Amino acid sequence: MSKDALSRDAISNDAAFIRNPVEEDPKLIKRRRTKNKAFVVALAIPVIIVLIVLGHMLVTIAVNGSKALNIDFFAQAQKPFGDPGGGVANAILGSLIVVGLATVLSLPISILAALYLAENAQKWLAKLVLILVNALQGIPSIIVGIVIYTWLVIPMRGFSAFSGSVALAFIMIPLLTTNMREIFALVPGSYREAALSLGVPQWRTAFGVILPAAKQGILSATGLGVARIAGETAPLLFTAFGSPYISTALGKPISALPLVIYEYIKSPYDDWHQKAWGAAFILVCFVFVMTVSMNLKKDKQA
Amino acid sequence: MNDKRYFRITSGAAVALLLAFAAVLLTLAVDSMPTFHVFGLGFFTGKQWNPVTKQYGALPFLSGTLLTSFVALLVSLPLSLSVGIVMGEYLRNSFLSRAMSIFINLLASIPSVVYGLWGMTTIVPLVQRLEGAAGVAPYGVGILSASLVLAVMIIPYMASLTAQVMQRVPNSMREAALALGTTRQEMILGVSIPYIRSGVAAGVLLALGRALGETMAVTMLIGNATRMPNSVFALGNTLASVIASQFNEAESDLHRSAMMTLALVLFVLSFLTNLLGRRIIGKTENGNV
Repeated sequence: MSKDALSRDAISNDAAFIRNPVEEDPKLIKRRRTKNKAFVVALAIPVIIVLIVLGHMLVTIAVNGSKALNIDFFAQAQKPFGDPGGGVANAILGSLIVVGLATVLSLPISILAALYLAENAQKWLAKLVLILVNALQGIPSIIVGIVIYTWLVIPMRGFSAFSGSVALAFIMIPLLTTNMREIFALVPGSYREAALSLGVPQWRTAFGVILPAAKQGILSATGLGVARIAGETAPLLFTAFGSPYISTALGKPISALPLVIYEYIKSPYDDWHQKAWGAAFILVCFVFVMTVSMNLKKDKQA
Repeated sequence: MNDKRYFRITSGAAVALLLAFAAVLLTLAVDSMPTFHVFGLGFFTGKQWNPVTKQYGALPFLSGTLLTSFVALLVSLPLSLSVGIVMGEYLRNSFLSRAMSIFINLLASIPSVVYGLWGMTTIVPLVQRLEGAAGVAPYGVGILSASLVLAVMIIPYMASLTAQVMQRVPNSMREAALALGTTRQEMILGVSIPYIRSGVAAGVLLALGRALGETMAVTMLIGNATRMPNSVFALGNTLASVIASQFNEAESDLHRSAMMTLALVLFVLSFLTNLLGRRIIGKTENGNV
């Protein structure tokens, strides 16, 4: 708190008090009242602008996106250039595979690291890791993309679903680790102490008491992490790369919804533009449902 | 399994995170070496980026990054501050404030490629009209469009952060000011704003970190030109967007190495901004604002 500002205010208000506000110049009171009202208007205008802009975006996605939706959109893969019809089934399946594998890769290491951070909060290593993991959350995801390209795509001689999953896992792990550390720290200390006082070793306390107690929290943190990486595009550009075919091979390039949005909107075809909106619509719906349900879960637990 | 092994495994996981971080940094540094070998520190002041003549200079992208981030903050700061003040003060703890914060959090979760999609169909035509009126080449895409979509992306972050710190202004302080006869406006400017100052500063830093590294939306709107931007209407590129649009088509190892160097610069820039922002937030959360 800035003490200056407060004491300055206090002095000026003291002065007003000594002068006795009742006898104060009515013009001055009127001016202050007008200023107060003008301030409200000055705040309301930007708020209305923001609500209009953000509302416009949601409406545009919903209106343009819903036009593209039909059975083929979900059931068929991409058709060659110029052929009408087709859908984004390849991208939906690809997103499920890449995001699913990334989640499986991220969970064990995040849980273990979060247990360490929660149980050894005072150690310098824990402090250092926590700072790094926090700062890593803001690292541009494109950097992860080119680093994984160097690590996996070059040695494997080709783009692959697997390298895409690893790239997404790199984005998910810092997120999960920080969130889970907070969740583990929320488990009442008495649970831990009760288990330890019964002679239960520390590792069984962690896996038998702390993890079950934090189950809901782990689930919601994972859900929010999934919502976050499902929309990531930049790390997939140089790893999963995209593919027009329905594919489940981890060693081959694979498509994903965000990749399709980016690729289709750059194309000159109206039909593809519409499909980009459709893909954006289902992606946003997925992210919204995930975010809302997981946040509700979190609120319930808190 | 025993406790010793348990400790070894969990601490191993933590160390693995540390090593992964170091490995990322190391990879970027090692792959940047060829660039520094050829251009030295002149890489940062070079204005040419030309794969044909094998001239690589980072200045156009450094200026593009700083310019877009700066304009985006300039546009979004007054907007997000207003939203945050209204939510945290005028609608304090009300149903409307909760509803708005849910709405804003949802918007923050929208993927950046979707922001880009919306920007291409909404912001680009608007900017085109503006450019027509201003008498410059009406590309539509360019630094200004990219900055505007960035500004829209930043608003949810900064607004919800401002609302949060605004809500933390103690009632006793607000009421003390009001009891002394201040108007609400005088109370906000004299008591609340000084109280939330460092929280807002942290929010600005985190938003800046996001703006610096934002890739997809910017790539879709900035026009992908590798020359120096000479105005906000110019086509350009940021550090992130040039990597996104050129990395897959890199013709030579030097070209790829030059982009690794751009990534290294971006990594350091956004890491430092984030570190600083989180530090300030950590301090405010410990009570002493």
